[in-house]
Amino acid sequence: MTTRTGSAVDGPAATAPAVLAARGVSVRFAARGGGGVVRAVDDVDLRVGPGEIVALVGESGCGKSTLARTLLGLERPSGGSVLFKGEPLGYRARELKAYRRRVQLVPQDPGGSLDPRHSVYEAVAEGLRVHHGTLPDEAVRVERALSRAGLRPPERFFLRYPHELSGGQRQRVVIAGALVLEPEAVVADEPVASLDASVRGEILALLLRLRAELGLSALVVTHDLGLAWNIADRVAVMYLGRVVEAGPVEEVLTAPRHPYTRALLSVLPDASAATPTILTGEPPDPARVPPGCRFHPRCPVLASGAAAEAGVAHRCGAEDPGPLPEAPGHGAACHYAAVTAERPEAGNR
Amino acid sequence: MNHLETRGLTVAYRAGGREVPAVRGVDLAIPPGGTLGLAGESGCGKSTVALAVLRLLPATARVGGSVLLAGEDVLTMAWGRLRAVRWAGASIVFQGAMHSLNAVRRVGDQIAEPVLLHESAETPASAARRAADLLERVGLPPRTAAAYPHELSGGQRQRVMIAMALACGPRLVIADEPTTALDVMVQAQILRLLKDLVARNGIAMMMISHDLSVLADACDRLAVMYAGRIVEEGPARQVFADARHPYAAALGAAFPVVGDPASRYAPRGLAGDPPDPAGSGTGCSFRPRCAVAEDRCAYVDPALWRAGPDRSAACVRVLPSEEVL
Amino acid sequence: MSGTPARPSPRALARQRRRLALSGFWRRYRRHRAGLLGLAGLVLFVLLALAAPLLVAPGDLSVTRAPHDAYQPPAPAHPLGTDNFGRSLLDLVVWGSRVSLTVGFLATLVSVGLGTLVGITAGHYRGVAGAVLMRVTDWFLVLPTLVLAVALATVLSRSTLTIVIAIGITAWPTTARLVRAQTLAVEARPYIERSRALGGGHTHIMLRHVLPNVLPLVLAQTTLLVASSIIAESTLAFLGLGDPGTVSWGGTLQDARRAGAVSSGVWWYLLPPGAAIALVALSFTLCGRAVEGALDPRSREGR
Ligand SMILES: Nc1ncnc2c1ncn2[C@@H]1O[C@H](COP(=O)(O)OP(=O)(O)OP(=O)(O)O)[C@@H](O)[C@H]1O
Ligand SMILES: Nc1ncnc2c1ncn2[C@@H]1O[C@H](COP(=O)(O)OP(=O)(O)OP(=O)(O)O)[C@@H](O)[C@H]1O
Ligand SMILES: [Mg+2]
Ligand SMILES: [Mg+2]
Repeated sequence: MTTRTGSAVDGPAATAPAVLAARGVSVRFAARGGGGVVRAVDDVDLRVGPGEIVALVGESGCGKSTLARTLLGLERPSGGSVLFKGEPLGYRARELKAYRRRVQLVPQDPGGSLDPRHSVYEAVAEGLRVHHGTLPDEAVRVERALSRAGLRPPERFFLRYPHELSGGQRQRVVIAGALVLEPEAVVADEPVASLDASVRGEILALLLRLRAELGLSALVVTHDLGLAWNIADRVAVMYLGRVVEAGPVEEVLTAPRHPYTRALLSVLPDASAATPTILTGEPPDPARVPPGCRFHPRCPVLASGAAAEAGVAHRCGAEDPGPLPEAPGHGAACHYAAVTAERPEAGNR
Repeated sequence: MNHLETRGLTVAYRAGGREVPAVRGVDLAIPPGGTLGLAGESGCGKSTVALAVLRLLPATARVGGSVLLAGEDVLTMAWGRLRAVRWAGASIVFQGAMHSLNAVRRVGDQIAEPVLLHESAETPASAARRAADLLERVGLPPRTAAAYPHELSGGQRQRVMIAMALACGPRLVIADEPTTALDVMVQAQILRLLKDLVARNGIAMMMISHDLSVLADACDRLAVMYAGRIVEEGPARQVFADARHPYAAALGAAFPVVGDPASRYAPRGLAGDPPDPAGSGTGCSFRPRCAVAEDRCAYVDPALWRAGPDRSAACVRVLPSEEVL
Repeated sequence: MSGTPARPSPRALARQRRRLALSGFWRRYRRHRAGLLGLAGLVLFVLLALAAPLLVAPGDLSVTRAPHDAYQPPAPAHPLGTDNFGRSLLDLVVWGSRVSLTVGFLATLVSVGLGTLVGITAGHYRGVAGAVLMRVTDWFLVLPTLVLAVALATVLSRSTLTIVIAIGITAWPTTARLVRAQTLAVEARPYIERSRALGGGHTHIMLRHVLPNVLPLVLAQTTLLVASSIIAESTLAFLGLGDPGTVSWGGTLQDARRAGAVSSGVWWYLLPPGAAIALVALSFTLCGRAVEGALDPRSREGR
């Protein structure tokens, strides 16, 4: 296995049992308009170690949110299981409720995620009330959560309603609402996508600070590779319902192996890459997953003939490289990467 | 002569009994075939500038200054002339407009509509041919013309919007946040499309975004707005890489360069809240959030000063200190 | 909140917030001139109904010992004329407002309560339970209201309570449909998912999120329903299904019809109760529209 480089949580995170893990998770929906199934998430392994921040990146519609929701028990997997501290997640109402005290969601859209009729105080206290009823020190806890989320002085925000807050402030309220229960892990779905560039850094810094102060584990869903570079320890790249490349951020983002990851990196506006590889078309339909490697119809390596040179072109269209097993090192589910990367560091995958 | 020029453009909205100054004196210039990026955080007045250029503001807005489109003042133009200018002189891809395509009409008809309205020589059949042509130019198969908006993805709908903006052969295209809410790959597709169209047809373009890296990539020049004013203007690459105004610098640093060790575990942003558009005290409006504010910032309201060859910034720090006092 | 280091308790906060919300609501309501007019009319009728025992002596409504002659046109002693027994129509209208308003309010309470309950439940439990509830609602919805009410009123004893039940049972399906549609819209909002992810159960979501968010609609619907309930009450009484022992506007109209007031040109017998019904219904409708407008978040944007 490759050595993990430069990560803030070296060693223990890799060996300790994962706080949150997906093992062979698949989620299927009945296709809209009848007939067929949508394989939104297809056999995914993923782990978030203690105090680790993992970024899940991929194009729109590749199943990131669905996987995140499944990890929270909001969606029931049609195959595989979700593990919390090594224990499979139970789906009875009581088990789910207990679970949701320890793992929290920061939803995709901070505007819509706050009830317009609840004040900031109520929005933050909601989790406490659900799990503990009305506590005598409720106000103290709400105050603490708000100031942790960077809304200071907290009392000034108690009586505000969502429409009286800026986008960044709303996102902080949502984060405070998740923190108030002192969770062990959070799943943040696009925490900054709907925010301004200038507010973005603040929210990301907040996530890093919470990890440092509270040892919080986090799964951050995003389509923004810069975000992964800013805060994550490990990154998993998803394509059409499957994790196709995963590993430490430094390795995956500076030496990507999967052609899809390479394409994603090459189109960053300030990428130094001379010629961006712009994949044509939209991500394909999860209701019709192509046979063989699911990326092969759009794969620039296959199209350029490099795969044929390496002698794997026939396998790309016929043989599924299979799901990427959960492992701390850097791995890619690609026939081409497997044969080319093997040579310098044999036995990597 | 510049294709578009605004001089001292001001816009104030009347809302709830008081005036909210949204744009407070903006000078912009785009030469024929030039591309300008307009950046700034939400609410700083970017869309308002775009709407003012084509006099599309609601009745509650009061506009001052002048907007010259190919030398003609848009703000005093006769109504009939304005109508002609709106599609052929300059056209807008509105912010979020891809969600507002008419859901029950085929996109081909929606593209053909302005052509039929503005060019009496066109027949429905020739307009439909032109719609198919336009779709091809934005990289969509001509059969897309028969599709309804809900059958298209976000990126495809944005292409339809661009095709619509190109329908009457405008000399200036204003694209208001054309890639916000699209993911990286589709964003790259749309940006490349816009760049190609502009370069190939010699169209001038004004692109609005809050992502400096996108603008630096797609435009020659960049203007950064804060609280209704331009605080920095210059060649796009230079402004992005080496901003002279602290706000422009913060905006530029918000998107890290992947692979740059300096930004690893160090997201950078801007503390504090966006400015209240209604209330502005004395001095520099950015001062409450500025990390490098000095004493004189409290009373000097900076104008756009020269900050190097071909660029300017509204910050006292670009001046030699004795000049202000 | 400056200068007060003491931390306000959540309850005090809630009170303060409610006060703020109410005053905001009133400020927005005031903008609707028609709404103020409706409110004035409403207050007038409610005061009239409450003060009726002071304004009308008990003997004045007696059929046998009526204070005036029968069929008198309006005169200073009886400003609106007299009926076939010699009772003053003004007294009848004043007294009748008690029954009409009571029935209107109670029937609305029943139907709005039932409709909200069914609507939220059917909207929240999307599965079989919701589908069954909606089928039942649809079944009630297509039943001709009047026929059902007539049937109920004949089967049960002829009392005011029967009328309340009859109207309440026939009027709820519209509310249920409306509330269900709104519930579906609310349930699709991301904050519901956030609440679920926080561990909130069905009851929590229905009570803390769905109910407050459908309440404005319900409130507006209530004021509108009161108007139609009063009309329904009058209709039933007019058809002779009301309690014969009480005086109500519909009952008075029915008496007028039976006494041949229509053909004999005794217009003052018909006009006052008819006008009263129309005025109360109008007042409630105006209020309902204004409430709707004041609670519409779009009108709030301007702040
Ligand atoms: N309830 C559902 N029924 C049917 N299909 C669904 C359902 N939910 C999601 N899908 C489909 O599953 C796929 C993955 O959706 P998901 O929301 O997880 O994508 P995502 O990666 O989060 O995208 P985005 O970046 O746009 O948020 C999409 O093709 C979507 O259409
Ligand atoms: N119709 C209107 N009436 C009153 N105020 C308005 C109106 N439209 C915009 N404003 C205000 O004018 C200011 C500038 O708005 P504008 O839409 O130009 O911002 P923007 O820079 O385009 O922001 P974004 O990035 O969010 O699109 C904001 O404070 C906004 O609230
Ligand atoms: Mg998503
Ligand atoms: Mg805008």
